[in-house]
Amino acid sequence: MINNTDAVRLIDSKRADSVIVPTMNANNVGFGLPTVTTNQSLDLPLSGAMGKAANLGLGIALAQPERKVFVLDGDGSLLMNLGAMVTSANKAPTNFYHFLFNNGVYAVTGGQPIPGSEGSDWEGMAKAAGYAAVFSFDNLEDFANGIDEALSAAGPVFIHLAVEPQIENTPVQFRPRSPRTVKMAFTEVPAALGVGSD
Amino acid sequence: MTTHEAVLHPPAIVAELKKNAITHVVWLPDSETNFMYQLLMAEDSLDLVPVCREGETMAIAAGLWVGGKKPIVLIQNTGIFESGDSIRGLGLDINQPLVMLIGYRGWTRRGVTTDSAARFIEHILHTWGINYYLIETDDDADRISIAIAEAERTQQPVGVLVGTEFGV
Repeated sequence: MINNTDAVRLIDSKRADSVIVPTMNANNVGFGLPTVTTNQSLDLPLSGAMGKAANLGLGIALAQPERKVFVLDGDGSLLMNLGAMVTSANKAPTNFYHFLFNNGVYAVTGGQPIPGSEGSDWEGMAKAAGYAAVFSFDNLEDFANGIDEALSAAGPVFIHLAVEPQIENTPVQFRPRSPRTVKMAFTEVPAALGVGSD
Repeated sequence: MTTHEAVLHPPAIVAELKKNAITHVVWLPDSETNFMYQLLMAEDSLDLVPVCREGETMAIAAGLWVGGKKPIVLIQNTGIFESGDSIRGLGLDINQPLVMLIGYRGWTRRGVTTDSAARFIEHILHTWGINYYLIETDDDADRISIAIAEAERTQQPVGVLVGTEFGV
């Protein structure tokens, strides 16, 4: 399995001017994208609408068709909103790259197993939903060797990652928070995209 | 006594969207807006974004807004009940100037409103502090412009309840 921080670091290294929409473990302030990002002004974290990272990324991808959008989703999150896979595939933006961090658990609530964690076929679901290309990696070496091919494919692309669980047990109100709030991000990203804020 | 009841026609809605330079309609069909689909599909200036469940619409609209577009959401009141976390997290909390056209299923100006979808919706909007307008006829359609201007001025979601089924 792939270490969470290694995964976000590798993805970030391939971002160029892409917008990244991370959620849950991929957005963790201790080991997620905020710890390795090279362009925070184009990171749009999602924490306030469970399961909607793919939808948020889809909207950006449709609005900015010349720019790649990377969604860093969680398995528990996407299960809350599986229809988003069909919604994304139906609009079929070629610049949309949907990474699924599959750690098999609700890591931010203490590590309870997600439904179907032993048998769900994410690649099969993505193919059946209509993604243009589907990739899967369960170790860092293969991911490092394969990510360029995945990101050169025309979207919508689904990239399944088997990721090590990093479980948090501390109550939410006692966890370290990013000094960059979601509201700040929703101001900074449009500015970085050159979009007027009026 | 009049025998001709004023109704709301889809072209009046689409004209409002075009007048306000709306770029995308993020929607899930409902019985109050059934006749609008073909009109929206035929309108080159509007990109239709269909979803599988209403809670997706606010998130997609947020992404479109971040990316510089001007979306509007079109769903049924039943979908508002499903969408609470999206409205909270990607509407109210981020100051998205989100305008939601909401089919007012079950509502009637006459008799008793028995449909709980109609009985609860205004209470829900009040609870969230979301202002809203009611449109029933073509003469009311300009309230969409009012809602859009208010959302942009306040940087907050605004609702437009579509209180009468569209006429063809």
